[in-house]
Amino acid sequence: MATIRQIRRRIRSVGSTAKITKAMELVAASKMRRAQERALAGRPYAERLTWVLADLAETLPLGDEEALPPLLQRRELQAAGIVLITPNRGLCGGLPTSVNRKASALTLDLGVPTKFVAVGKKGRDYFRRANVSIRAEFTELSDYPDYQEILPIARVVMDDYAAGEFDKVFLVYSYFVNTMNQEPRVRQLLPVELPEDEATRAVDYIYEPGREEVLAELLPRYVEMEIYEAILEGIASEQSARMVAMRNATDAAEEMIEDLTLTYNKARQEQITSELLDIVGGVEGMKV
Amino acid sequence: MPLTVEIVTAEQLVYSQEGVDEVVAPGADGEFAILPQHAAFITTLAPGEVRIIKGGAEEVMAITGGFFEVRNDRIVVLADAAERADEIDIERAEAARRQAEEELGERHDLADLVKIEASLRRAQARLKVAERRGRRGRAGSPRPGG
Repeated sequence: MATIRQIRRRIRSVGSTAKITKAMELVAASKMRRAQERALAGRPYAERLTWVLADLAETLPLGDEEALPPLLQRRELQAAGIVLITPNRGLCGGLPTSVNRKASALTLDLGVPTKFVAVGKKGRDYFRRANVSIRAEFTELSDYPDYQEILPIARVVMDDYAAGEFDKVFLVYSYFVNTMNQEPRVRQLLPVELPEDEATRAVDYIYEPGREEVLAELLPRYVEMEIYEAILEGIASEQSARMVAMRNATDAAEEMIEDLTLTYNKARQEQITSELLDIVGGVEGMKV
Repeated sequence: MPLTVEIVTAEQLVYSQEGVDEVVAPGADGEFAILPQHAAFITTLAPGEVRIIKGGAEEVMAITGGFFEVRNDRIVVLADAAERADEIDIERAEAARRQAEEELGERHDLADLVKIEASLRRAQARLKVAERRGRRGRAGSPRPGG
């Protein structure tokens, strides 16, 4: 049976843990909002880019792989690449695990040697332990990465793809469904999958210098934009997962404090009772 | 019908304006101007400045490349990076360019190199625009007491 003093100390320590988790919850909530805003602010650019690409796609010689730009050419799958986007830090529930598991499952499905480009420490550490080849790692991204920060990632991936290091590249990241739900997702990055032209617009654009030149400029940016979006999704997911995890921790701590307070009061009462008994016993003894 | 202009980057909508009379932009094959009623048109852009002319007044944006689309008198510039010309601090731009050039001279790994290259391109575009501004400003308005 714990002494009263021990219980009191325990209550105080759980209380200060609850304060920390509460603060982390609030920080995560505001970071999540900012990540969402960023993702939203980039939408018009992404939509336009997709649009123009869809328009260009209509006149591509799709049957003739050789004539396509390299980023569109489909090759026989001999080695695959995975751009794995995970958080740098923990305390965000099962998020890193579920993303890593998705990547492992994808590796098994592909059945070819897979090389990783790790964005974030959690994924890097997981696959490093598994002795998987990691082509490059990016673990210095800020909480709100700007477009410039992700360019090196895109460059590494496209260079390795061009050099034949891998024949297909996938993005594995966490998709932000809502605050409560994040979903690990796989998306093919290379060769670029052409978007469907949703709106049949029937506009005859004049392209300058020419369709091929515009397409050649556009494809790398499309790849960059996809990586950028996936990273923002990942950050929004990470922060919302952390927010929920921290809220649960705060709730658990508060519940624990309640239990401990109850035990503390009981123990205090027992002590008072036994002290009273002592006194009464003593008085009785003196009477005799 | 006047033109509507939007300049967007992957990060945000940078600029938006309606009722524009003319837009001048640095195409890959040289500078071009767009007036209302232009045919649907897409081109790549070189680093430089986009000038937006509305009622005789002119606004200048520095861009580091991207795409230019016009359709039904709606212009959308998909810029890699964009900045308003009067926000550009010429000294900062100059310092940034020098630093980027110096760093390029040294040995770096690929990730660094891409970043440096990008910042060099940005700095050069900024400088180009800022210098133009500076020249025009001085020529246009006589300095007090000068």
